[in-house]
Amino acid sequence: MTERTQKQKPAPEKTAEVEEVAPAAGKQGEKIKADLDDLLDEIDSVLEDNAEEFVKSYVQKGGQ
Amino acid sequence: MALPKVIGIETEYGIVVRGVADANPITSSSLLVNAYLGQYTDKIAWDFEDETPGVDARGYRAFDAMPPEVESHLANAVLTNGARFYVDHAHPEISTPECRDVVEAVVFDRAGEEIMRRAMAAANAALPNGEVVVYKNNSDGKGNSYGCHENYLLARELPFGRLVSQITPHFVTRQLICGAGKVGCESPGVSAKQVPYQLSQRADFFEEEVGLETTVKRPIVNTRDEPHCDSQKYRRLHVIVGDANMAEVSTFLKLGTTAILLAMIEDDELGDDLALHDPVCDIRAVSFDPTLRALVTLKDRRKMTGLEVQWELLRRARVYQEIHGLECLGEESIGKLVLERWQEALTGLEGDRSTVSHMIDWVAKERVLRAFQERHDIGWNDAKMRVLDLQYHDVRPERSVSARAGLERLTIDQDIDRAVHFPPLTTRAYFRGRCLDKFADDIVTANWDSLVFDTGHNSLRRVPMMEPLRGTEAHVGRLIDESDTANELLRKLGA
Repeated sequence: MTERTQKQKPAPEKTAEVEEVAPAAGKQGEKIKADLDDLLDEIDSVLEDNAEEFVKSYVQKGGQ
Repeated sequence: MALPKVIGIETEYGIVVRGVADANPITSSSLLVNAYLGQYTDKIAWDFEDETPGVDARGYRAFDAMPPEVESHLANAVLTNGARFYVDHAHPEISTPECRDVVEAVVFDRAGEEIMRRAMAAANAALPNGEVVVYKNNSDGKGNSYGCHENYLLARELPFGRLVSQITPHFVTRQLICGAGKVGCESPGVSAKQVPYQLSQRADFFEEEVGLETTVKRPIVNTRDEPHCDSQKYRRLHVIVGDANMAEVSTFLKLGTTAILLAMIEDDELGDDLALHDPVCDIRAVSFDPTLRALVTLKDRRKMTGLEVQWELLRRARVYQEIHGLECLGEESIGKLVLERWQEALTGLEGDRSTVSHMIDWVAKERVLRAFQERHDIGWNDAKMRVLDLQYHDVRPERSVSARAGLERLTIDQDIDRAVHFPPLTTRAYFRGRCLDKFADDIVTANWDSLVFDTGHNSLRRVPMMEPLRGTEAHVGRLIDESDTANELLRKLGA
C-alpha cells in the first residue's frame, strides 16, 4: 500500500515540464504552491507543541 | 412514492482536558453540557419513555446481541433549536433537530460545532487550571472509536432485508466521497506501515454486515428499530457507518447521496445486482487504498473498484430522478445539486484529485499532510502526522487545521448562528424548539416524539408528536405566537 500511495505523488520533474510548455498553467501552479506555502506557515504556527505527548494523551474510551 | 427524507445527525465528540492529568471524560462531558445549559435556560430534562434501543428491525433479538443501555442519569437536555445536547457514555454528543432537507442538515451540523465552541468557552470559564477541548472526529488512534450517526425517515412497509442488501454497496464505497481520512490503521493485525493513511476514520471498526450493536462488533447496517414517531407508518434508519465531517460538501454528499438511494430502495428502483460478497472485508479494502484501485467483489463474483460502484449508483440515481423526480429531498434544486456535486466528486477523484480537495475531507487532509511532510522532511510515522490529523478536527478556530485547508462553504455564518437558537421551520422540531423557548417553565420533559407540560392543576399533559412533518411553522406558528401561556396553547391545540 505504501508503495502504491507514493507512486501517486506527483513527481517534481513533471511539474517543471508543464511549466515550460504552458506558461499559463505554470502561473496557476505557482499560485497553488504559494497558497500551500501560506497554509503550511499557518499550520506551523497553530500546531500543538510536544507532538509525542499530545498524541499519547489522546485516549477516548466508551464510544458508540 | 418515497417518503420525504427527514434527516438528523448525531455526533459524539472526542473530549480532553488540557492541564488536568487523567480527567474523567464523563465528568468533563457533563461539565461541558451543563456549562452550556447554565448560560441560557432552565434545564428541560429528557424523557426516556420512548427509548427502546434494544428493539431489532429484523423483528428479533440475537442471543449474543448487546443493545446499548439507556443512561438516564447523565447530563441531558433539549435545546431551543430542537436539538438534544447530552452525555452519551463518555462523550459529549449533539443530535441535530429533524431537518427537512440536506442543506438544512448541514447548517444544523455546523450549528452543533458552534454549540460545542460556546460550551467550551462556558466550561473553561469555570476551570481555572484546565481547558476542555473537543474534537469532531471518530477515533483516538488507539483502537477506540465514537460515532457520527445519521438518521433517515423511511416507510415501515419497506422490507428490511431489501434495505440491507441494497444500501450496503453505498455504505462500503461512499467513503470515497465523504471519508474524513485517518493517519494509520486500527484494524487488528494491520500495521500503520502497511496502511499509513486511509480514507475513513471508522472503517477499521466494522465487523458485521448487519446487527443491533453500536459499541462492539459494529455492523455496517444497524438494525435499531426505534422510530421515535408513528411506528405503524415509519422506520428510522439509524446509520452508524459514517465519519464526522469537517467539509460541508462532504456532509452534504454523505446525506444527499444516501437519502436518494434510500428513496430508490423504497420505490424498489435500485436493484439487487450490486450486492457485495463480503462487505466487511471490502469496507476496509476501500478505505485502505487512497490510490482507489482496490476491488470489491459482488455476489455474482464480478469485481469493481469503489469508484465504479459509485459511478453506477450515480447513473441509476439519474435514471430514478428522470422517472420519479427528487421531491423526497425537498426543493427540486436540492436533489439536482446532490447529483451534480456527486458527479463532480467522482470526476475529480478519477482524474485530478486536487480539483476536489475543497470538497472531500480525506483528500483535503491528505493534501495538507503530504505538503507538511515535504516541508519538514518527515514520514507518515512521525507523531506530527497524528497531531495534524487530530487538529484537522479541532473545532477551535485558533487551532483548527480544517478551517485553514481551503474547504468550500455551503452555509453562511448568519444561518449557523440562527440555527444555534432557532429550530427548522418545516419539521416537528419547530414545535419542540418554540415551546421550549416560550414555555420552558411549563415543560417537564421533552423527547423526539412528545412534550410533557405541567398545566398547574396537579396534572401533566403529554403532547405527542408522532408525525415528523407536523408541528411546523405553517401548522402551529401562529398558535404559539398568539398564546401567552402553555395552557392557552394546549387549549388551542385541543390537547
